[in-house]
Amino acid sequence: MREELYQQTILEHNRNPRNFRKIEGATHVAEGYNPLCGDHLWVYMNVNANGVIEDAAFEGSGCAISKASASMMTSSLKGKTVDEARVLFEEFHKLVIGELKPDNQSNHLEKLAVFSGIWQYPARVKCASLSWHTMHGSLEKTKTVSTE
Amino acid sequence: MTFDVQKLRQDFPNLSVKVHGKPLVYLDNAATTFKPRCMIDAISDHYSRETSNVHRGVHYLSEQATKAYEDSRQTVKQFLNAKSTQEIVFTRGTTESINLVAQSFGRAFLKEGDEILISYMEHHSNIVPWQMLCAQIGCVLKVVPINDRGGMIWDEFIRLLTPKTRLVSVVYVSNALGTINPVAQIVKEAHSRSIPVLIDGAQAVTYRPVDVQALDCDFFAFSGHKIFGPTGIGVLYGKQKLLESMPPYQGGGDMIASVSFAKTTYNVLPYKFEAGTPAIAEAIGLGAALRYVQSIGLDNMAAHKKDLLEHGTKVLSSIPGVRLIGTAEEKTSILSFVVEGIHPHDLGTIVDQEGVAIRTGHHCTQPVMEFFKVPATARASLAFYNTKEELDCLVKAVYKAKEIFK
Repeated sequence: MREELYQQTILEHNRNPRNFRKIEGATHVAEGYNPLCGDHLWVYMNVNANGVIEDAAFEGSGCAISKASASMMTSSLKGKTVDEARVLFEEFHKLVIGELKPDNQSNHLEKLAVFSGIWQYPARVKCASLSWHTMHGSLEKTKTVSTE
Repeated sequence: MTFDVQKLRQDFPNLSVKVHGKPLVYLDNAATTFKPRCMIDAISDHYSRETSNVHRGVHYLSEQATKAYEDSRQTVKQFLNAKSTQEIVFTRGTTESINLVAQSFGRAFLKEGDEILISYMEHHSNIVPWQMLCAQIGCVLKVVPINDRGGMIWDEFIRLLTPKTRLVSVVYVSNALGTINPVAQIVKEAHSRSIPVLIDGAQAVTYRPVDVQALDCDFFAFSGHKIFGPTGIGVLYGKQKLLESMPPYQGGGDMIASVSFAKTTYNVLPYKFEAGTPAIAEAIGLGAALRYVQSIGLDNMAAHKKDLLEHGTKVLSSIPGVRLIGTAEEKTSILSFVVEGIHPHDLGTIVDQEGVAIRTGHHCTQPVMEFFKVPATARASLAFYNTKEELDCLVKAVYKAKEIFK
């Protein structure tokens, strides 16, 4: 049996997405698009001179998985440094393709581990990772990220 | 013959598969259809007994394979009621058929400023080849708008037929909406202005018998895999005179009469358009699939599907929060819908857990999604082997999704 995809945490973040707004004049912005399902979002971040992410937010439309993932990502990034964000990006990527098992491998994912079962739904991995790729793109100054 | 759906279902081995421990309910027939045993056997027999190239060897197997391949062309000719097998070109599918017309007919006979007319409900495969042609030679793509039920706006079609229109290319049955376009009238109007017409028949060949002579269309394209045949094989029908006047699409073996470095002459129809070793087994499979369809009768299938469509429309629209997308008066058994508060992708995953296979997404018709202001839809598309009970399974699964997302 596959692990339940629509866990309460994910459904709750879909219903009440955190940081669902635009940051005017953000230091980092990128647009993410998944042409396969039409998911489309923008990620905004304000990074200060010390490399700390002071604020993170997102806007756009998408399925419950992509929305919940963006909501949880922006929540977990606030207060982290850009270097820590890069580490989280790598860990989250490994998590959603099933290469990182949060229960027995050290990681910094905390609540994000709720996405640990998604590798069993290959068609949905891109939904969970869209906001992360977009965030990563904003750090690399890539304006538009496509997951296709 | 009597139409016994339970008996006919036994012809399709894939229907008895279980997914996630539940009996499969396959409602994604507009994407591709399941294959009857006789079609699978035809391919298997070819590879087991007569593997050979066609139109080349004088040995026994090559003669057998060539005969089977050409018999399939004869079957297609009868299926479409074409005048001659010379008008039946095997391609990889509808997409390649349209690309062939765009690159061969389009590049030879269209010039800068000429117009190609399509509709708003085209599949990307009847949009992008024309955009590519426009970029190459500077012709212009014009689009007939649709109304909010998903029907073509007739007055706009007439208005957009201008002295510059050189080709009309329209879908017969919309894969995203199920809309049936009045192709016979479209051909009539276009021909009265001497404009040739291509019909994208990918979803139409399972809807009703097609008679290209009665329709009088100039080109007709369809894919094997959407009519119970294999993937990788399709057909371009073209009127003989037109095909003869067109340059080859690809160069290579089989499409030539003679080759020298000084001058190469091309083969006769339809081989001029079939460069290289064709999809032999797939063509043979397509022939078997079409004969299977004819043995049951498209009219019998259509009558059953009409019942299914009525039932499906009723039970789906009775679910609170469900909105059907595409409610044209004339439509086939395609049910596109959205559920309030549930993204189609989430819906697709949840109903899949219940064993129900539907398509979710933009169905390669992004302009249609934009028109209806939805990012995507869920789509149940029915074949003659589906049942009302299966539609009820879909409804139950949608309620399950509503429960999760309440």
